[in-house]
Amino acid sequence: MKNPYVPFPMRIEEILVETEDETIKTFELSFVDKEEGERFAYTPGQFAEISVFGKGEAPFGMASTPTLPGRLAFSVSRIGVVTGALHQMERGEVVGVRGPLGNGYPLETFKGRNLVLIGGGFGFSTLRSLTNFILHESNRGAYGNFTVIYGARKPGLLLYKKDLEAWQERGDVDLHLTVDQGENGWQGHVGFVPDVTRSVAPAPKDAYAVVCGPPAMIHFTLPVLKELGFGDGNILLSLEMRMKCGIGKCGRCNVGSKYVCSDGPVFSQAELLRLTAEAHG
Amino acid sequence: MISLPRTLKKDRLERFLERLLEERDVFAPKRRDDLVMLEKIDSVSDVVMDYENTKASPKFVLFPQRETLFGYRAGKGRVEMDVPPGKEKGQVLFGIRPCDARGLLLLEKVFGGDCSDPYYADKRARTVVVSLGCVDPNPACFCRATGGGPCSSEGSDLFFMDLGDRYLIEVESEKGAALLEAPVFDDADEEALALSAKIRNQAEASMKPLVLKKDLKGQLERLFDDPVWSDMAETCLGCGICTYLCPTCHCFDLCDEGAGLSGERIRVWDSCQFPLFTQQASGFNPRPTVKERFRQRIMHKFSYLPETQGMPGCVGCGRCVTECPVNLDIREVMISLAEGNTRS
Repeated sequence: MKNPYVPFPMRIEEILVETEDETIKTFELSFVDKEEGERFAYTPGQFAEISVFGKGEAPFGMASTPTLPGRLAFSVSRIGVVTGALHQMERGEVVGVRGPLGNGYPLETFKGRNLVLIGGGFGFSTLRSLTNFILHESNRGAYGNFTVIYGARKPGLLLYKKDLEAWQERGDVDLHLTVDQGENGWQGHVGFVPDVTRSVAPAPKDAYAVVCGPPAMIHFTLPVLKELGFGDGNILLSLEMRMKCGIGKCGRCNVGSKYVCSDGPVFSQAELLRLTAEAHG
Repeated sequence: MISLPRTLKKDRLERFLERLLEERDVFAPKRRDDLVMLEKIDSVSDVVMDYENTKASPKFVLFPQRETLFGYRAGKGRVEMDVPPGKEKGQVLFGIRPCDARGLLLLEKVFGGDCSDPYYADKRARTVVVSLGCVDPNPACFCRATGGGPCSSEGSDLFFMDLGDRYLIEVESEKGAALLEAPVFDDADEEALALSAKIRNQAEASMKPLVLKKDLKGQLERLFDDPVWSDMAETCLGCGICTYLCPTCHCFDLCDEGAGLSGERIRVWDSCQFPLFTQQASGFNPRPTVKERFRQRIMHKFSYLPETQGMPGCVGCGRCVTECPVNLDIREVMISLAEGNTRS
């Protein structure tokens, strides 16, 4: 069996500066070993540990879609030692990747249902993966109405601008962008994600809501979904904790009896309510 | 039972250990200044059999405090990694206490499981566990309250019981039976079996009972938000000694050690009692004070692990009781919580 601690090498093919403050970059990586790339199968919502050799590892959600094989994308906010080192790296350089890790979004459960994705800030990266997966021509027909709500503090902090433009052109996804503060000739909506959710979310019957974003956004969005009639089993959240091993052994990312790395990171609100109060403190 | 019990006269113990040393690494209790430590022995005369327990638990043999996972040499546009080869030589954990042998069962569940840890598995496969029953348990011991016993053979391949002039040896596995090929053993007679049972009963009876009135796991779930945790954690220094000495604590960190682009990815013990353990890069920490970290240690041991692994993360060895610098006693915590001593 493959050693779960040894990463495989991936080459940096593209680096996109996502935000106007340049603190978030998206790295597109290709497999150095092409056979490794062919074996690598993942689900939106899963994550990987990226190694910068000499600095260590840090976990990142997959921002790419498995419908574009051979490449993985990760959006990295420059915050700590590993992310700081990643931001210094250039095209052609090699990093290590361990994954895919975690459970990912329940794509089978979503089939035939209406979906609303609700994302805020940097937490949108795994929802970008899920959106591009669902919008792929081989998948779109398997899912019902599709609504995407995405908010950022200001327009310059919205990620994946090319994707957002492409989605806006399409008739098969209902995209709602919002910012807390408008500026620089922003023509779009100004307001908070929970309020947008209240006005545009689909009827709760046969629908799932997928929420990923900062704690404050989640805190104010959950009551709105409840008020709209979404059951706890139909609300999915992606949790974030400090993680190291990614395989449920190193002991640091538990919420109650569950490890976020191996039991999650995706949990339904119903599952979280059954865990200890730590999950919903 | 794999095979019938045997006996070994005490004056033949050294011959048995010498046979083991010929082909294997033997870790055994050894005196070091005024401590008894489990160490790799060079000479069988170093082995001590009249001791309470080793200062540190034997987990370090299978889960070292620092372990190299792989070496790396990175350069512009390339990286090479190599995993150190596993060893071939067998090893024996000789004379460890029943609580510590049982502690290895929990490590086995954590490092085995769906995603097996190859570093642990390699060492475990080469290891034979020989435990020694406790005829005179320490007052800080409470193995019986966590599902074990002073003369329990659970987790052992061979189990030794001190009968005075000889040992009774219970054979618990094929691996254990394979060690008994040396011509120094006798078949156990009725007298030896009867004496062993008597000593076992006496040892069990000598332990101050720690009976929990109610289901601790259920109480812990109810008391998660109770202010009682603040009271309990008030004196805790957060030093982490309880977790380092614990035979079942297994949390670790992964980091890179080396100069520049060449070095090693290592695994080192870590502790849930340290603030950085859960601190996220953003600065947010879900367990910001000693209260949350103290609660995590107790919840993990007595609620989460019973649920996920079918056994508590505590074998009652008493090390955290005797070594805590501020005399926090996990037994008092268990009793208090099980009885529902709340502040709300």
